[in-house]
Amino acid sequence: MAYSTQELMIIAAAREIADREVVFVGMRLPIMAFGVARATHAPDAVGLFECGLVRHTPASGMLYTMGDPPNQEGAAWATGTVQLLGLLQGGRVDVGFIGGAEVDRFGNVNTSYIGDPRRPKVKLPGSGGAADIAAMAHRLLVIINHERRRLVERVDYVTSVGHLDGGASRRRAGLRRGGTAAVITDKAILRPWGPERELHLASWHPGTTPDEVRDATGWDLRLHPEARPTPPPTEAELAALRRLDPEGFWR
Amino acid sequence: MEPKLASLREALAAHVRDGDRIVLGACLEPHIPFAATYELIRQGRRDLEVIAPISDASTDILVGAGCVRRVTGAWVGNVSGGLGHNYRRAFEEGIPHRIEVRDHSNFSLGMALMAGAYGMPFAPVRSLLGSDILRSNPELRVIENPLADEPDPVVLVPPLCPDVAVIPVQRADPYGNAHHWGNQGVVQEAALAARKVILLAEEIVEPEVIGADPNRVLFPGFVVTAVVHEPAAVHPSPMTGVWRRDTAFFQDYHARSRTREGFEAWLEEWVLSVPDHAAYRAKLGPRLEALRIRRRVLSPPVNYAGD
Repeated sequence: MAYSTQELMIIAAAREIADREVVFVGMRLPIMAFGVARATHAPDAVGLFECGLVRHTPASGMLYTMGDPPNQEGAAWATGTVQLLGLLQGGRVDVGFIGGAEVDRFGNVNTSYIGDPRRPKVKLPGSGGAADIAAMAHRLLVIINHERRRLVERVDYVTSVGHLDGGASRRRAGLRRGGTAAVITDKAILRPWGPERELHLASWHPGTTPDEVRDATGWDLRLHPEARPTPPPTEAELAALRRLDPEGFWR
Repeated sequence: MEPKLASLREALAAHVRDGDRIVLGACLEPHIPFAATYELIRQGRRDLEVIAPISDASTDILVGAGCVRRVTGAWVGNVSGGLGHNYRRAFEEGIPHRIEVRDHSNFSLGMALMAGAYGMPFAPVRSLLGSDILRSNPELRVIENPLADEPDPVVLVPPLCPDVAVIPVQRADPYGNAHHWGNQGVVQEAALAARKVILLAEEIVEPEVIGADPNRVLFPGFVVTAVVHEPAAVHPSPMTGVWRRDTAFFQDYHARSRTREGFEAWLEEWVLSVPDHAAYRAKLGPRLEALRIRRRVLSPPVNYAGD
């Protein structure tokens, strides 16, 4: 079965979610990845959506946004944003799952300003709930396209905190848990390694090589000691993704 | 209680001033009062401070129309399309003019409204620690938790009290008692924090309908200033159980607003040349009816009997 690199990325991201985990699901591609996880290996994962929805059954139709009517029908809880982000702050969420425009070698994410925040080259949409999810989930997953301009040595603006300056700097900032556990791209999966918590190349997708991934990365990307190729998507995974997005809107 | 029914034009003319701090969309992606966004543009409001966690393309349209002085929010763009082109142009090139941004996250904004609603001097949160949002929004402060023995930094979020909140609801009575269902975003916090609340009701019902299910009421009628009967006020955003999302409309807006000229033509076509929301509905014609949710999934009744 042929597949696109975007499909491969969404499926690789879906595999990061374990069954029965409570997942705070960010907008756009994370919605698709979460849907694939639940349709394949994680049927009992619970989804929290910052608009105020909790689901433990699949949505009844295609989602363009988390607040679309198919996500409301049969929801486990329809409540407010403060209630769900409050539970996140209370430590009730295993995994946070967000997208981003830029990510750096310590897994910090920028979705606010490219360039000087006072006179930016590009004004991006901003945090939404991503800053909250990054600060307060037990584990953070980030999904992003792999380009040199996106995977940078240091983000221009930290919207969503990863491991800050590495080492124990996140704890020193007052965050008691969490941090970026994986960055899933259309070429590879990067994971923090060692006491410095710098992102290392943990797996490269079919059709790429470690050298190609390093060339597309804006810092000197080192190999994780357990680095290996990413298994290709299975037919079940691809079928699940195409059921969720029959028109290919998010591909 | 006095009936509070008004037309959208009357309600916004009477209750929104230039320079006001206004909530237009508190539910994140659904239930955004685009009809009010368009009418404020027709009425030529200026220097508004738009307060919203996320309000899809509504804020981008207002910025492009030159109505906005400041955005206090967590996210501005086009949810299914991506970046907000007008928001970018205003910020990067000063077109049509520069705007100020107070950065928040969804949680810090929701907590700011909660603090405003309940008279709290600030709301303490742990989110945003380590983030540059603390640097670009000078109103946020970090202190050490005075109740902790160990070092424990806490972010203090100042209260936020909007002048006006415009809240779409599925049904309301003429006195401002309303039912809102589906996800709630920060609707409750925004309505309770605002000095004035304008409801845009899909349907006007007898007070007995609202009283029959008080748990579906997010805020009481006494905080509501005006009730506007305006079906499809949320188009192109969705309304739970009533309207699907018009994703093609957002995509078209996204493509056409890519240039200033394209945006101006879009604004003329959908806002300035359209006298009111009834004409907008007529202009959408069968496209709007195709978005109407016809299937019904009703909840069983609950019993509130008192004896």
